[in-house]
Amino acid sequence: MAYITCTDLAVGYSPYIVAKEINFEINKGDYICVVGENGAGKSTLMKTILHLQSACEGSITLGDGLTPREIGYLPQQTLVQRDFPATVREIVLSGTITKGFGFFYSKEQKQTAENMMEQLHIADLASQSYRQLSGGQQQRVLLARALCATDKLLVLDEPISGLDPSATDELYQLISELNANGTSILMVTHDLNALQYASHVLHVNKDSSLFLERDAYLESKNYIKLNKEESDGMDS
Amino acid sequence: MEWIAKLQYYMGFPFVKYALIVAVLTALCSSLLGVILVLRRFSYIGDGLSHVAFGALAVASVLKVTNQMVIILPVTIITAVLLLAGGKNKKLTGDSAIAIYSVGALAIGYLLMNTFSTSANISGDVCTTLFGSTSILTLTGEQVTLCIVLSIITVLVFVLFYNRIFMVTFDESFAKASGINTAAYQTLIAVITAMVIVLAMNLVGSLLITALLVFPVLSAMRVFQSFRGVIVYSAVLSIFGAVTGILVSILASTPVGSTIVIFDLILFLIHCGIGSLKGE
Repeated sequence: MAYITCTDLAVGYSPYIVAKEINFEINKGDYICVVGENGAGKSTLMKTILHLQSACEGSITLGDGLTPREIGYLPQQTLVQRDFPATVREIVLSGTITKGFGFFYSKEQKQTAENMMEQLHIADLASQSYRQLSGGQQQRVLLARALCATDKLLVLDEPISGLDPSATDELYQLISELNANGTSILMVTHDLNALQYASHVLHVNKDSSLFLERDAYLESKNYIKLNKEESDGMDS
Repeated sequence: MEWIAKLQYYMGFPFVKYALIVAVLTALCSSLLGVILVLRRFSYIGDGLSHVAFGALAVASVLKVTNQMVIILPVTIITAVLLLAGGKNKKLTGDSAIAIYSVGALAIGYLLMNTFSTSANISGDVCTTLFGSTSILTLTGEQVTLCIVLSIITVLVFVLFYNRIFMVTFDESFAKASGINTAAYQTLIAVITAMVIVLAMNLVGSLLITALLVFPVLSAMRVFQSFRGVIVYSAVLSIFGAVTGILVSILASTPVGSTIVIFDLILFLIHCGIGSLKGE
């Protein structure tokens, strides 16, 4: 059974449906890119999958031993975070909260955080302030925090926005490595270059969505149309 | 050392001791809450809520309610919850919502006081409420007890829920996705904020509450990088400013509230200097 199965899902802010008839599933080891035009409902779909808001219609079924708390999440950065006084360690540690019960962090939780910082090569930044890091380093910190919650499934919302090309490549590389180690990836993106890493593509539209394997998607009309719009957007 | 003798003389009075206790506790609570409010871009909520409390006070005096807190506290708490814990799909958000509540309540309050007041010295009454000129020196034992209880609650909430408060403040979406009831924590913070602000009106008056909420935090943010560091240091700074301010105001016979705020301002400027020396 798949980690997540979405059947005839409609998302939006009830009663306003943004996107409907979304059908797809996420299996262990998948790397799914979610694409679509601005306002097509990509971020809304993510929030619905994460139970941040409820589905308007249809169903989301979890399976394969996945619990709602085992979905790691990398949200879009917010204004609040830009000058937030917090060290890298404090932020990464907060990702372990789903694994603890008491008021304070346990030794195991602290160890998990240290391991994740090690794994994402930010251990030397542990005591540094988040607000002084580069955009790429900040994303690594947030990725480490998400991984503290789970290594089964990561949901990423526009992870490369605001990153320069080399930081973008590094982040893609890192995500691919995680995927190769067995973590499933569900990534919302504007950047069609990201598709080269994906195994599947979910194209979200107002009236229906398209879920295909990557290579099949690259030959579909939807991709050609979206690609054209992207490059037109670049020109203007 | 004449001033030490003078200070010792004043310390003999219970009202000075009360003032110091309340000052320390209010400064502690407001600096803790201030960290969250400043980081969530709600710096001006102290001002807004205290004006709402002022409006409620005016209503209470017009209605001749004996225990004015019965009206002031619920009204302020409801406003705080509406402002801080409301859903994201509200039509009025953030600073504009604060402005509406604040100015509206201030106007209603002053109008009521002016029209129905039985006191001969309306502008004096208004001035006292807004700038808290001497009210901290006229505290009753009951008020001091209330202050102590409220401070214990605030500190306990911060110690026990520290990790969750950090998460909710830093990244609400992530906290919610991790299964934390963010709305409950925001309501809790809103309720405590309202209570502390009503309390702080005794100390510095409603116009200067914002200073207690934001100055220590902003000073601490200049020199500390970690969340824990900022919280602890802003509490220390806030208490230091309040105690020094009170002692100086007693010795120099200056208004208590303004003196504390000026000390907070000086501390802030010093920390700005330290911050830029460190190359921030």
